[in-house]
Amino acid sequence: MCCCFRVLLSCSLISTVPSTHHFMSYTLFDKVWDSHVIKKIDKGPDVLFIDRHLVHEVTSPVAFLGLKERRIPVLYPERTFATADHNTPTIDQHLPVKDPLSANQLKALENNSAEHGISYWGLGHEKNGIVHVIGPEAGITLPGATIVCGDSHTSTHGAFGAIAFGIGTSEVEMVLATQCIMQPKPKSMRINVNGKLSFGVTPKDVALYIISKLSTSGATGYFVEYAGEVFRDMTMEGRMTVCNLSIEMGARGGMIAPDEKTFSFIEGREYAPKEAAWDTAMDYWKTLRSDDDAIFDKEINFDAADIEPMITYGTNPGMGGGISHGIPMAESLEGGVSSYKKSLAYMDFNEGESMIDKPIDFVFLGSCTNGRIEDFRAFASIVKGRKKAENVTAWLVPGSHKVEDAIKAEGILDILHEAGFELREPGCSACLAMNDDKIPPGKYAVSTSNRNFEGRQGPGSRTLLASPLVAAAAAITGKVTDPRVFMQAEVA
Amino acid sequence: MAYDKFNILESSAVPLPIENVDTDQIIPARFLKATERKDFDKNLFRDWRYNTDGTPKDDFPLNNPKYSGKILVGGKNFGSGSSREHAAWAIYDYGFRCVVSSFFADIFRNNCLNIGVLPVQVSPEFLKKMFSDIEKKSDSKFEVNLPNQRISIVSSGISEGFEITDYKKENLLNGFDDIDYLLNLKGDIKDFAANAPF
Repeated sequence: MCCCFRVLLSCSLISTVPSTHHFMSYTLFDKVWDSHVIKKIDKGPDVLFIDRHLVHEVTSPVAFLGLKERRIPVLYPERTFATADHNTPTIDQHLPVKDPLSANQLKALENNSAEHGISYWGLGHEKNGIVHVIGPEAGITLPGATIVCGDSHTSTHGAFGAIAFGIGTSEVEMVLATQCIMQPKPKSMRINVNGKLSFGVTPKDVALYIISKLSTSGATGYFVEYAGEVFRDMTMEGRMTVCNLSIEMGARGGMIAPDEKTFSFIEGREYAPKEAAWDTAMDYWKTLRSDDDAIFDKEINFDAADIEPMITYGTNPGMGGGISHGIPMAESLEGGVSSYKKSLAYMDFNEGESMIDKPIDFVFLGSCTNGRIEDFRAFASIVKGRKKAENVTAWLVPGSHKVEDAIKAEGILDILHEAGFELREPGCSACLAMNDDKIPPGKYAVSTSNRNFEGRQGPGSRTLLASPLVAAAAAITGKVTDPRVFMQAEVA
Repeated sequence: MAYDKFNILESSAVPLPIENVDTDQIIPARFLKATERKDFDKNLFRDWRYNTDGTPKDDFPLNNPKYSGKILVGGKNFGSGSSREHAAWAIYDYGFRCVVSSFFADIFRNNCLNIGVLPVQVSPEFLKKMFSDIEKKSDSKFEVNLPNQRISIVSSGISEGFEITDYKKENLLNGFDDIDYLLNLKGDIKDFAANAPF
């Protein structure tokens, strides 16, 4: 497996690129996509080879049933990794799962994995956690790889220069059976953000800002590359947060060219290439960047200085703005006035109101968007030496056991406890509220997750999406609060 | 799972003139706990369709006896959000074979095509005409002609073409799926995998 990088690259140039295109330049996305095309169908999709397949309990059982009906095995079980995360409790994981439907779904994944020889990291396993948190942790996520999962936030893995995207259950079955999917090649978009981020502005804010400008359908049909100083300066955790949210502007996925930060994050991880294979991999990975004169179907530029801490006020992730800005007037928007008003009515907000000081009931820190160690560090930096507001229920859910271990090892757990917070066990939790972690009807939650759709966090729940810093500030005051207030106090 | 072939569909339609209908609305996550494809149609648009006590909300189009048919007409950016194929299953199993909108989210569109629901993307103008036609006469008929890739408003004869790849069109006309196709490529796939770096 180790000596084939150059073979693969040269093969791809011969087999998938027409010979008349000798002088063409390629985007990062082109390079990775084209090198995985097994066959191009005339007036149809490409047959794309998938290097890594991540599986969880909710979108896989019907796919395994399909294999059974067709009487076919999993073609490459060693390329598939299964975890339990969506439908799991975040307390008392050592006890049997109470909800019989959830328990049954977890059992199905365990049985299916065993039957087909797939690695399964179930509840309580040291490598268990949210699928998009544990992939990078284990070194499964690699530059130049194609990665799919029956979950739209698979775009997270693009932070490493992989092509990663969410698929439906029919496609899960397809990948299990053939290690391929059939997809038309998306168009390419590059989003450049240059300059330096202001004080208190996090990767989550960058992503929510871009989505607010593009809308939830602004990148539909595209695969996005994030480029520019802001992403170069960003940590791997931050890049994962940004790529994670690509789907929220409709993009199939997002990716960032790998660099020294990427390589040092991966080196030494369990499934990462080792020794000679590592050197070969590095030679290939260093070619994974868009050529200087590569042309994108669409290119968009933003200035880092225009971004402030963000918060959403509506029922899709595009309905957000700077925390000091008010809720926009319907007339100022392009079309969709009735949908806009329906959304504000659900939230019980009015046009033109300020977001600052709106009372909140719950705070959720976690999810594949913001459930990594850096997010807990940020949250702790605000709550340190302060106390949780009495009217706030806070659910702090690490993305994995490894994140949980780091929270303890770095002393963050002590800070949280002193401030009146508890830590729960890993899982998707209140992000989609399949388990008991449901925000009650009518209640407001400041959440670091990815979707503020009606009822997303529980029937009737009202979600305000924000960064871990904004969530921490709200947890302390019990209302929407600009976290820079606390941060400036400390600087002074 | 096999689905019924799609050729020419003439039917009345159910209007849902709301933008950005996400898959969490089409089927909320708490109804995704099954391990087989069964009964998802019962929870189609659950929280828009039913009150918390389980009684139907009379003003929701699916509960309005005026509206019926195998075509669902939705506002712009239909099917955004989660990749859950359960959303497409719920729509198919409820009895819809076609969803019309002026814009679809990518994953939802793929999921529909993979299970036998035809997503028909029309211009915003045509979508408006469909909504107003249904408003005037709730049992207005529409013809979705897959071989000709055309959708028509039967009463007025106004029609518009729609796009679909030849490959997916063949699949829908014959009830095939991608796995049927891919299994025939197994030799090529194995050759490729033998040289894959990861």
